[in-house]
Amino acid sequence: MLCFLILLASFMVSACSRASRPSSSITVAGSTSVQPFMELLAEEYARLYPEKPAINVQGGGSSAGARSVLSGAASIGMLSRELAPEEKGLDALVIARDAIAVIVNPKNPIRELSIRDLRAIFSGEITDWGQLIGAGERGDFRGRIHVVSREEGSGTRGAFDEMIMEGREVTARAIFQDSNGSVKETVAQDPMAIGYISLGLVDRNVKPLSIDGVAPTIENCKSGKYALVRPFLVVTKGEVRPEVREFLDFIMGETGQKILREEGLITGGQGATALEAKSK
Amino acid sequence: MNPRAESLVSKERVVRQVNLRKEKAAVTLLSFAALITAAVLVFVFVYIMARGLAAIDLEFLLSSPVKMGREGGIFPAIVGTLVLTAVSILVAAPLGVGAAVFLTEYTREGWFSKVVRLGTESLAGIPSIIFGLFGFSFFVIYLGMGWSILAGALTLACMILPTIVRTSEEAIKSVPSIYREISLALGASRWQTVTGVVLPQAAPGIATGIVLAIGRSIGETAAVIFTAGSSLRVPHSLLDPVRTLPVHFYILAREGISSRNAYGTAAVLLVAVLLVDFVAHFVVGRLFRGRGGER
Amino acid sequence: MKRSQNERVAELTLSLVALGSLGILTLITVFIFKEGLPALKEIGLWEFIGGTRWVPSKKIFGIFPMLVGSFMVTGGALAIGIPLGLGCAVYLSEFSSPGVARLLKSMIELLAGIPSVVFGFIGLTVVVPFIRTYFGGPGFSVLASSIVLGLMILPTMVSVSYDALRAVPESYRDGMMAVGATRWQAVRMVILPSARSGILAAAILATGRAMGETMAVIMVAGNATAVPESLLDPVRTLTSNIALEMGYSAGIHRQALFATGIVLFFLVTVLNLIAHAAVRGGSGR
Repeated sequence: MLCFLILLASFMVSACSRASRPSSSITVAGSTSVQPFMELLAEEYARLYPEKPAINVQGGGSSAGARSVLSGAASIGMLSRELAPEEKGLDALVIARDAIAVIVNPKNPIRELSIRDLRAIFSGEITDWGQLIGAGERGDFRGRIHVVSREEGSGTRGAFDEMIMEGREVTARAIFQDSNGSVKETVAQDPMAIGYISLGLVDRNVKPLSIDGVAPTIENCKSGKYALVRPFLVVTKGEVRPEVREFLDFIMGETGQKILREEGLITGGQGATALEAKSK
Repeated sequence: MNPRAESLVSKERVVRQVNLRKEKAAVTLLSFAALITAAVLVFVFVYIMARGLAAIDLEFLLSSPVKMGREGGIFPAIVGTLVLTAVSILVAAPLGVGAAVFLTEYTREGWFSKVVRLGTESLAGIPSIIFGLFGFSFFVIYLGMGWSILAGALTLACMILPTIVRTSEEAIKSVPSIYREISLALGASRWQTVTGVVLPQAAPGIATGIVLAIGRSIGETAAVIFTAGSSLRVPHSLLDPVRTLPVHFYILAREGISSRNAYGTAAVLLVAVLLVDFVAHFVVGRLFRGRGGER
Repeated sequence: MKRSQNERVAELTLSLVALGSLGILTLITVFIFKEGLPALKEIGLWEFIGGTRWVPSKKIFGIFPMLVGSFMVTGGALAIGIPLGLGCAVYLSEFSSPGVARLLKSMIELLAGIPSVVFGFIGLTVVVPFIRTYFGGPGFSVLASSIVLGLMILPTMVSVSYDALRAVPESYRDGMMAVGATRWQAVRMVILPSARSGILAAAILATGRAMGETMAVIMVAGNATAVPESLLDPVRTLTSNIALEMGYSAGIHRQALFATGIVLFFLVTVLNLIAHAAVRGGSGR
């Protein structure tokens, strides 16, 4: 009998869950690239306004973020790429922009690459560090290149494909890691590796390369000289609940933008960026 | 003794010596295998503990992570793991024990029990990632639970159900049939016999199975990460998402956020799982043996 | 009257509950197929299984490299886990003192609970750098995953084959000793053959575990989508293909990942059925 009651209870609970989600918290889901920054924002929000609803930050990926907003599983989605055609029904807001830095191990003497060489390396045409033009000048650094890429579907990968690969495929022999952090760790450990991650996450364990002579710095990104930049979007659907609006205002406000800036993201005039997102 | 017999005996001795030498070589190899096996497992334990224990103190256990876990503790992950495991057991244990009771007490070996048993065994062999896919598409999306404790716990419950069914079945089978016969002869109904006589006798064995299932749900990652989410907050309802210890550890280790906190989390996880398994193997087992002595 | 009614209710409830695991199995099958079949239909079963390129952005879905990867990694794990685990079990069951055997076996069973992420992490911090330094290549490789999985299946291997060896009647051993055989001869000629079906079951269980493992493999395999040319090349398995791209996928890409799940489900179920038959056949003789 007891078993039956518990069985019944479990079904009732699951039935209840079909009803509305609790308004006591706001679920934010999506890009794992945006997730760490969003967690910081949520943490600060909870600290400053303990009486406001709590923010649940989920990973899952850019597409999962958009999908969960469309299905109502999350109130806010995070994307580290432009909206896809089937996602145009969502309202997007650029909270910051992020540069992608191409990184190598600090033991690697190389300092810069041309876009063309970068493309050749990632598509598997250049497979040895010794094959690069001017390799001789930088001492005798050679050995098989270990290409480290993000997996298909990742926002970072999408931006990299679009801006660097120009329709070429990343070699199937590359190592595929599923987060910025693991790409960074892999490159930090392996002298033969090359990868790409968010500029905000670059530290002294890896070396960012200049691309076509332009170093990946905030200034160069702002001035538009460094082209490997993609937006961090948050998306919502239709009429937004006031408590969600408040959190979005916090992100776009001075405190939120300052946090993002301090973490190495590019923040600009909010009006301009919001407009830019709409026009796309 | 004639020389022929003598040569036979000496030949036999040589053969025996060769055999003994072979045996020695074999034993050396085998003991080597045993040594490596034990050493590897001990190494894993010591490697994590040596690095992890330094990070663990009361504050680490009782405070929330700061900056994605770079600083601060793992309190929400501990709460998440406990709640998720508790709910999954609450769902799976009655179902599993009930199924075992039915298989052993209510039905003869036949096509029905065969089908049920085959189903249970097939379920036991399914990889956890498939449970994750299923939980995601069924509980999270189709039933609209979202990433939540409930969705994660129900997914886990599906996963640990076979363990509970199988161990409970063994435990119930090991109850001597004379108990049932006496109870039935005294005029008790089948149901009264089961609840009054069989289940109490089989309780320690069933408990072992349940505790083993607890250990399995604490350590699970793949099935949980797609269903319970990865929120870092302390949950307030069954519909809140949580991050369990293994998921937190996976994220810390994978993202290289903080190796100190990663090792700390791993150490807590390891201690929890080993403690639970220890209880299952020794404490509950002793209870069982104690009871056996009374009989 | 009331009592017999209660009985009926209890029996009915229990029979429903007993169908629970079967129901779950059906639900899993239905949902995995519901999500995955459209992709299989669109791509075509043979193009999906036999295709050597996996480029979701160009709608090219071939999981042949992952199939090969799963088999290579599982094979490697068995090559490491079976000799070590079986050796350990034979030693504990036949050659060590009962005290040592009990202690070691309990210890190994206890350690069976070590979560797979912990194994993966050890692989990442110990095995991968070791291979990179001493064997070359990026370290993330077939070899690294085989080693990590090989170690992970050790407890299963030891514990199940130990039980099988212990189940061989003591009289077999005594008989062999009586005719003057050494302990090793007894093991080789009588005990191992008698325990064959149990050992086979252990190996199949271990195969299932190795093939189904996800998190540990993602961390050390490197996840390349090409068929590896050597043991030092990175590799992607069916499981890691699902877990790696699930979060980002949409549309047919997501369906293709569920279809990968179907293939995995199929492989593992076949394995289960073989195990079932092997144990049945073994105990029948």
